[in-house]
Amino acid sequence: MSREWPLWEVFIRGQHGLSHRHVGSLHAPDAEMAIRNARDVYTRRNEGVSIWVVKAVDITATSPGEKGPLFEPSNDKIYRHPTFFNIPDEVGAM
Amino acid sequence: MKADSDLFEFLLRMGDNTLVLGHRVSEWCGHSPVLEEDIALANVALDLIGQTRMWLDFAGDVEGKGRDADALAFRRDVWDFRNILLVERPNGNFGDTLMRQFLFDAWYHAILSRLAGSSDDRIAAIAAKAVKEAAYHLERSADLVVRLGDGTTESHAKMQAALDDFWPYTGEMFAADTIDTSLTSRGVIPNLAEVRDEWDETVNRVLADATLEIPDGTYQHKGGKQGTHTEHLGHILTEMQFLQRAYPDASW
Amino acid sequence: MYAQVVEGSGKGAKATEDMTPEERAFQQKIDSGQKIEPKEWMPDGYRKTLIRQISQHAHSEVVGQLPEGNWITRAPTLERKAILLAKVQDEAGHGLYLYGAAETLGISRDEMYEQLHSGKAKYSSIFNYPTLNWADIGAIGWLVDGAAIMNQVALQRTSYGPYSRAMIRICKEESFHQRQGYDIMMKMCNGTEAQKAMAQDAMNRFWWPALMMFGPPDADSVHSAESMAWKIKINTNDELRQKFVDQTVPQAEYLGLTIPDENLAWNEEKGSYDFTDPDWDEFFQVISGNGPCNADRMRARVRAWDDGEWFRDGLSAYAEKHSAGNTNQGVENV
Repeated sequence: MSREWPLWEVFIRGQHGLSHRHVGSLHAPDAEMAIRNARDVYTRRNEGVSIWVVKAVDITATSPGEKGPLFEPSNDKIYRHPTFFNIPDEVGAM
Repeated sequence: MKADSDLFEFLLRMGDNTLVLGHRVSEWCGHSPVLEEDIALANVALDLIGQTRMWLDFAGDVEGKGRDADALAFRRDVWDFRNILLVERPNGNFGDTLMRQFLFDAWYHAILSRLAGSSDDRIAAIAAKAVKEAAYHLERSADLVVRLGDGTTESHAKMQAALDDFWPYTGEMFAADTIDTSLTSRGVIPNLAEVRDEWDETVNRVLADATLEIPDGTYQHKGGKQGTHTEHLGHILTEMQFLQRAYPDASW
Repeated sequence: MYAQVVEGSGKGAKATEDMTPEERAFQQKIDSGQKIEPKEWMPDGYRKTLIRQISQHAHSEVVGQLPEGNWITRAPTLERKAILLAKVQDEAGHGLYLYGAAETLGISRDEMYEQLHSGKAKYSSIFNYPTLNWADIGAIGWLVDGAAIMNQVALQRTSYGPYSRAMIRICKEESFHQRQGYDIMMKMCNGTEAQKAMAQDAMNRFWWPALMMFGPPDADSVHSAESMAWKIKINTNDELRQKFVDQTVPQAEYLGLTIPDENLAWNEEKGSYDFTDPDWDEFFQVISGNGPCNADRMRARVRAWDDGEWFRDGLSAYAEKHSAGNTNQGVENV
């Protein structure tokens, strides 16, 4: 068996103004072909206006074990959310 | 009317090219070297079939005998087909298929971009839509020809063999007959010599990048545009037209 | 279904008291409806069963291109040709999404291909039946995709995140497949005598294989309990089969087609149809390689792969020569 083409993760901007969103992966020998393959594979139904591809091995991710220390401390910072503050109705929309 | 029959012939040439090439490309469905290519190639075939419907529906309207694209595609025999011989050549290996596609795309894109300015509004509209699809096909097939030509020794040899095989079938794209010259003088189609210049430029550049050599021979086959085909077309039609021929009174 | 006989860990569903703390936390997560994501801890059996199931599903999509692809060059109109081509292309896409989902579990696509080509991995029995007339294309869309969708809709809720997301995308795209199949059947059934005969012939040949798609009867389906606890299987085989029959009978009646089962009858008491079980001996024969088309399907896939090796290698070689990381290239670019 010869060497497999690298795996690429594909991100697509569905409409102008939205962020790119992860849609899946595919194989391609290099970035340029990954982009073209992504166009053919993931936008068959007119789903995108922009494509990003990233080699899967180049993605650095948080590890599931760190979930607690990384994300839980923000749970009690409830004052960061607008609903924390009561504004009287007569003041109007804010 | 002479003028209409020229137009009819030209539209058949365009529609039969995309029909027959679309048929050939679709033969790969499920058999490509890698899943991503299967999907990409199906997109090319879908574009070509879609364009066939536009060209042949228009041809039927020009003819005025009530035939639509399906009647023209499924109920004509070999001698009534007007595609160039290149597109009916068998698929061969995947490299052969890509080389045939590239040589065709380079011509098709060059002629479509000029047809978008045709004096005939409907041709201009069809070309304006098709040229975007053809631009992508050309980008893709040219890039793959470069990569495979400049890949391994084996891929290089296969692409060179493909080029040698298909080269004698490229001249027909530019061999203007009286139908072409008449339509050119009416501003319906471009001068094929101009199309040739652009094709030469594209092909020379891409083949140089691909480290491939244009064959020495100058002999060029012809006849497809006038209805004299290779043996292959008959087999394509046998398959393609089977249901319409075997059950002529059915609607599908 | 597309994954009919998925072997489990061989241990069956574990009782809570037999679980390690990790396993218990894992099971609680699944029970509460949370998704399991690639890098999280998971029992070895969960990972292995999922790889088998997702890859079987992917292989089915890829091999499934062949019976329908068999009619692309013979489709009777340009529109039917385009629709069929688009549909078969979707199957390739679905195979690709599913291979991608399986790859997050630590197996490569090439390894999965290797398992398929060596006969180690299975794919759905349905694709080992031939497509002999044009109505078969209608029957596949209507019956085969119809059967597949029942399972796939449920699998959108599966516990494994990447699998669930692939299923959501697939279901969205598949929605036109069954309808185009039924559309072909309607045209055939309202057509000439010859067309009606084709439609009935397709019905006769695809009915039983379609029922087999849901896998063996629950009583013989040894791995179900574990997979259901893990939410990688949502309904039992018999549940889905019954649902499929109940849904399909009126559709067949509308077409004026006869379902080839003398015992098919409405059972007022249970509120569903009684029907004859398919021939399970035949099913196990087909699954183990003796179906009418197994050899042809495998030969086609292996050949596509082997013949394509020079192409894949050629592109790899080019990419290596021209990659930005290549020092020669870098110097030239400066």
